[in-house]
Amino acid sequence: MIATQVLVAGAAEGEVLVLDEPLSFWGGVHESSGVIIDTHHPQHGTALAGKVVVMPAGRGSSSSSSVLAEVIRGGVAPAAILLGETDPIMALGAMVGEALYARTVPVVVLDRDQYARVGGWQYARLAVGDDGMQLTEGPRASHH
Amino acid sequence: MTTLAHRLLARYAAITGATRLIPITRAHIDGCLYHGPASLDFARTMAESGAQVTVPTTLNVGAIDLLHPKLFRGKPEIVAAGREMMRHYSAMGCRQTWTCAPYQLVERPALGEQIAWAESNAIVFANSVLGARTERYGDFIDLCAAITGTVPEVGLHTDEGRLGRVLVEIRGVRDATMRRDTFFATLGHLLGKLVGSAIPVVDGVEQAREDDLKAFGAAAASSGAVAMFHMVGVTPEAPTLAAAFGGRAPGRTIRIGPRELAAAAAELTSTKETALGAVSIGTPHFSYDEFTRLRTLLAGRTIASRLEFFVSTGRDILARIDDEGWGAELRACGVQVVTDTCTYLTPILTGRPGAVMTNSAKWAWYAPNNLGYQVAFGSLEECVESAVRGEVWRDESQWDVAPGDQAGGRSNQGATS
Repeated sequence: MIATQVLVAGAAEGEVLVLDEPLSFWGGVHESSGVIIDTHHPQHGTALAGKVVVMPAGRGSSSSSSVLAEVIRGGVAPAAILLGETDPIMALGAMVGEALYARTVPVVVLDRDQYARVGGWQYARLAVGDDGMQLTEGPRASHH
Repeated sequence: MTTLAHRLLARYAAITGATRLIPITRAHIDGCLYHGPASLDFARTMAESGAQVTVPTTLNVGAIDLLHPKLFRGKPEIVAAGREMMRHYSAMGCRQTWTCAPYQLVERPALGEQIAWAESNAIVFANSVLGARTERYGDFIDLCAAITGTVPEVGLHTDEGRLGRVLVEIRGVRDATMRRDTFFATLGHLLGKLVGSAIPVVDGVEQAREDDLKAFGAAAASSGAVAMFHMVGVTPEAPTLAAAFGGRAPGRTIRIGPRELAAAAAELTSTKETALGAVSIGTPHFSYDEFTRLRTLLAGRTIASRLEFFVSTGRDILARIDDEGWGAELRACGVQVVTDTCTYLTPILTGRPGAVMTNSAKWAWYAPNNLGYQVAFGSLEECVESAVRGEVWRDESQWDVAPGDQAGGRSNQGATS
């Protein structure tokens, strides 16, 4: 499988969390818990930590980069972010988080088919290199 | 570790799809505001690596009013972190301007200049009013651009990326209404919601002061993601309607009359309460011209003791009015001047009972969520009159329909075609 666009390469796996609407991390995600705090968002109250977050788009303020870097620092970031459209603001947050804390949150833009497919999964694994992405549905390794 | 800036900028450029980098002549950085430990770690890492900006670089507001630090009402550890952030950015060679209105500084970019500016109201003003060229830069990448002196050549840096997309026809609005600050702030607020991130071309507004365009752009960049607008006959890249669209037809057309404006203005007021606890103006930062208007409107009267009256401004503007000797006169009337920061980003208001009144659509839009205040939106004149009286005073005539254009006002339902 070839990703439409790799923004930040890396490997990750986790439970899939599909966001029904775009999310601004600034003002929308709690900086120390990684929980969605935007009261207008349908997934308000959901934790992002460790999830493979599938979201149509980021939204709004460039300060969202800082919030993503902050949740990476605090260890409550998503395992990976799979986007429906490109978003330099999310990519920058992940790049800075990686540069400062040596923790990688891959950020990838999916095409429409991939986006729809991964939305139906419970759990996803991905390995993203600069040459493309392996994205597979997976039972978690420790699942019994 | 100047290389970190180069590496981040190169990766960012690849994401934008740019085929080359272009040099910039100056930068304006918003990343100096403390957002938490990661923002401080980034500033410290860059500064301690010895990184220096390579183009003249101004700074947006920080978390603290360095000239009036006692105004800050938050936690002491935030003060320390906020100060450290501000120190690192200064150490990297940035000018300590601490203003969200860098276009009010003596040296500002000219038509066609390629720049990297952050802060949404500054971005929209630079592109639209000055005709300088900047994309939407923000946290982290603003500093990388200032250090490398380059940006990817995409979007608003290119001729094509600056053409209008949506035609906005203003019809049936009285000339007197169009001379008010509330007209521009309200129109910007409404348009931001209607056009999102597209470039609107406003037709039917014949004149505007820079402060009007500031209020318009700031509002449109807050309720929407407008980074550039054209105003036909007013802004430099829109001498004619055809020029603003590059000779092409608009993607869509929106008509706005007094009815839509009145509804949008009403939406910016979040309370029916008329008792006032504070007035907050100067977001974006109050200009020298606005201070002269404030002085005229106050006319030496005293602000009611029940409320606080804050004006946010840049330290350069404050220095000018103090040099001219009338800053003290305003303070004697009860005006409190805030510099270096902003009253919706940082806790400054003491929370006296009552609503907070502002002429800023941006403040009205953010304050209920960011700070939990109930807001009354009104003109500068209404803000000053209300402050003297201690309760909300309204000039009810401001959204009246233009004489002889009653039908226009009724039929133009803000329809999109």
